[in-house]
Amino acid sequence: PRPDPTLHTTKTGGVIFVQDNRISIWSVGDLGNVGLNGEYQGEPQLLCDIRHNGDVMDMQFLDQERIVVASSTGTVTVFHHHQNNQTLSANQRWEKAHSHVDQDTSCGGAACTGVICNNPEIVTVGEDGRINLFRADQKDAVRTIDNADSSTLHAVTFLRTTEILTVNSIGQLKIWDLRQQRNEPSQIFSLTGDRVPLHCVDRHPNQQHVVATGGQDGMLSVWDIRQGTMPVSLLNAHEAEMWEVHFHPSNPDHLFTCSEDGSLWHWDTSTDVAEKPSFLHQGGRSTTYFSHNTINQSVVSAWLSNDPTKDRMEITNLIPNQTLSVNSLDILGPCLVYGTDAEAIYVNRQLFA
Amino acid sequence: MCFFLIFLILPSVSARDPALHSQYSTQVSILSAMELIWNLCEILFVEAAAAGPLLLRLLDWVRLHVCDVDNMVREVLSSENPSKHELFWNVVDVFVLQGRMDEARHLLAKEASANPTSVNMYKTLDDLMKKMPVPSLGNTQTLTEMELKWQHWHEECQRYLQDGTFASNSHMESICKILLGDEDAILEKKELLATWYQFLVTRLLYSHPTVKPMELRFYAQSSMDLFLGGESSPEPLDTILMAAFEFEMHQVIKECSIALSNWWFVAHLTDLLDHCKLLQSHNLYFGSNMREFLLLEYASGLFSHHSLWQLGVDYFDHCPEYGRVYLELHIERIPLNTEQKALKVLRICEQRQMHEQVRSICKIMAMKALRNNRLGSALSWSIRAKDAAFATLISDRFLKDYCERGCFSDLDLIDNLGPSMLLSDRLTFLGKYREFHRLYGEKRFSEAAKLLLMLMTAHIAPCSFWMTLLTDALPLLEQKEVIFSAEQTYELMRCLEDLTAGKSDKQKFQDDDVETMKVEMLRLALARNLARVIVKEGTLEGS
Repeated sequence: PRPDPTLHTTKTGGVIFVQDNRISIWSVGDLGNVGLNGEYQGEPQLLCDIRHNGDVMDMQFLDQERIVVASSTGTVTVFHHHQNNQTLSANQRWEKAHSHVDQDTSCGGAACTGVICNNPEIVTVGEDGRINLFRADQKDAVRTIDNADSSTLHAVTFLRTTEILTVNSIGQLKIWDLRQQRNEPSQIFSLTGDRVPLHCVDRHPNQQHVVATGGQDGMLSVWDIRQGTMPVSLLNAHEAEMWEVHFHPSNPDHLFTCSEDGSLWHWDTSTDVAEKPSFLHQGGRSTTYFSHNTINQSVVSAWLSNDPTKDRMEITNLIPNQTLSVNSLDILGPCLVYGTDAEAIYVNRQLFA
Repeated sequence: MCFFLIFLILPSVSARDPALHSQYSTQVSILSAMELIWNLCEILFVEAAAAGPLLLRLLDWVRLHVCDVDNMVREVLSSENPSKHELFWNVVDVFVLQGRMDEARHLLAKEASANPTSVNMYKTLDDLMKKMPVPSLGNTQTLTEMELKWQHWHEECQRYLQDGTFASNSHMESICKILLGDEDAILEKKELLATWYQFLVTRLLYSHPTVKPMELRFYAQSSMDLFLGGESSPEPLDTILMAAFEFEMHQVIKECSIALSNWWFVAHLTDLLDHCKLLQSHNLYFGSNMREFLLLEYASGLFSHHSLWQLGVDYFDHCPEYGRVYLELHIERIPLNTEQKALKVLRICEQRQMHEQVRSICKIMAMKALRNNRLGSALSWSIRAKDAAFATLISDRFLKDYCERGCFSDLDLIDNLGPSMLLSDRLTFLGKYREFHRLYGEKRFSEAAKLLLMLMTAHIAPCSFWMTLLTDALPLLEQKEVIFSAEQTYELMRCLEDLTAGKSDKQKFQDDDVETMKVEMLRLALARNLARVIVKEGTLEGS
């Protein structure tokens, strides 16, 4: 969360800052103005913004114009971006989508920690261990699984159109089948050893059985959910919590992770490391372009390979001077965006140059 | 220091909200004042510019910060015919007062071409301005050389003035007087000077260009007196600048502290001066030096902000004496409205080996989770803090729930404890007890029986739970097939006797019928099992 403080000076010698969390939409402009490392040289332009109550814990585009935002107050809001006059408005709001059950004894609110969209469905998870299924046009939740988990659910993603994956703070990866009415996960996977909390999860775009998770100890785990209940490989990565993990949507031999330790790593398992794929992007979200390398590497995904010497993996830290935590990242085509606790947003438009 | 960004905010804001605009305007002026003071301190204290370069630096300083006349200058320069503009001479004067000779000459040339008759006059003035000696930055000339040259030049100007060369044009005559450092002539242009420190620098430029740092105070004082002329009293900014010209660093810091309403400026300025080893290390009353005191104050202020507290941590890290203590106190008081924030705070504590704080924060989070009935979260926090006592508390809660409801809540947690089970004995018991139930459910009775017995004999189970365990043994005893061996049965009997013997008579009296009946049933079942097993074991086939 990057609030925009308003500075007030007071006579009593203190400084009061007015908290003002906002959702902002920026335009990063065209290619053409790039520096040596592919950093965009011009300034991103602020197109519009809107106040948001509470910290922004997660957000996702529902479609070209709508954004779903998860708040630390437990509220989930759908914002509409009007492109004709560049404004944002709150379209739909589910207050207390996440909250602690017994209001009498409850101690503070429960944050909504993760949101994932598959138009028109929206799934949210939170600190209350609840899973909500919403539809953008319906006022009430389509389905709610109370106490789905006895610990905090940190992230959620779609496995298939009717199945979701969640990770929690006792190191478990769970699959939920939304078609079934029972409130139990259909499968539970756990980490070996210590039950280190898992903070993020992402599924391989093409190979649906390959799942990556990131933990509180900075470890990257890769799972094959067709077999076993334990991860296939554990890769020692960051020195602190891994906040987000993302497979590249159109080139999934590349994986990106960011962490509280201030680093952002690019994991590259493409077999011919020397030949970088050239990118034809500019597609919309629904189009997928494949790299010049073979599409599915081989039958066994490079990610599931246990032999580190066989398939070389190249890992690069993309941040030269790391300071504060990198909280979030996203990638599309050759473009990488990430935000840090230093109240800065970075845009890299030539990721594979 | 990125003050300039503030100037970008103003135009966009003012369109929307006049109140906000005036608020931002005030802050812009405060920031401008800060920048003014900071730059002056850099020139006088940090760089410690010597006579010669000192004047050049002061000229730059004035040009950078005194912008009252910029609009006027822009207006005249961008007009079609600058020399016909009514403010033309004002702008020329401004250039001369600020020592911007080239620009002044450029404008005069325009005027010269418009007035061919006075070409000679212009040429002379232009010549004088071109030849004016200025201190050099490099070592191309010594101070004495410069002074000599300057003296000659000064006399030349004097001659031209006295000859009446400029008598026909009052503007040019006054410029010449300024070049000669005539105080009255300079003071006439008070509006263009805007401030006494601009006046000071102009004076120095045209009368004492080789001024030494230590001489500044006299000129500064007299400049302020002459400029203000008793009409207005000095403002806080003036006092601060005067203290700087007098090289009274502590006075500067003190005055800034009084005038400004937050510690940001003073803390950073003091830190800079301290790093340049310019502040005498006289210890303050409570032991730490002034730099640390101010940094501690500033950082403490940051901690009241919901996101800038992370910067406060870095400041405390750089305060060798009290930084750690302050950090320990402040970090526990950060409001933890989300778990993610708590995790960030914990990471900071762990990096600095602040184990007490880690324990305390985890305990707070675990208590919150427990109150919200999030037992898994509570356990997760206990594991992070390696807090065995709390893990025991959570396990007791689970067990209590089980006793009340007859079934386990949150099976996904208990079934998957893994190595964290070993954190506390009670937790281990919980895990094992659940395992017993699972084994029973899977009809692996002999394994279940063994486990149950082990829980009691190895004293993993708390005494309060023994009754429940023994009651759980009942169905196993009542099975068609004999499960418990003779030895195991003896063990169970011993446990039962230990349990009942432990109760005092009073307790036995208070036991209701259900309790006594349970004990009776157990004794009966155990006896029956013993009988069966003795027979079975005595038989030759064994089985």
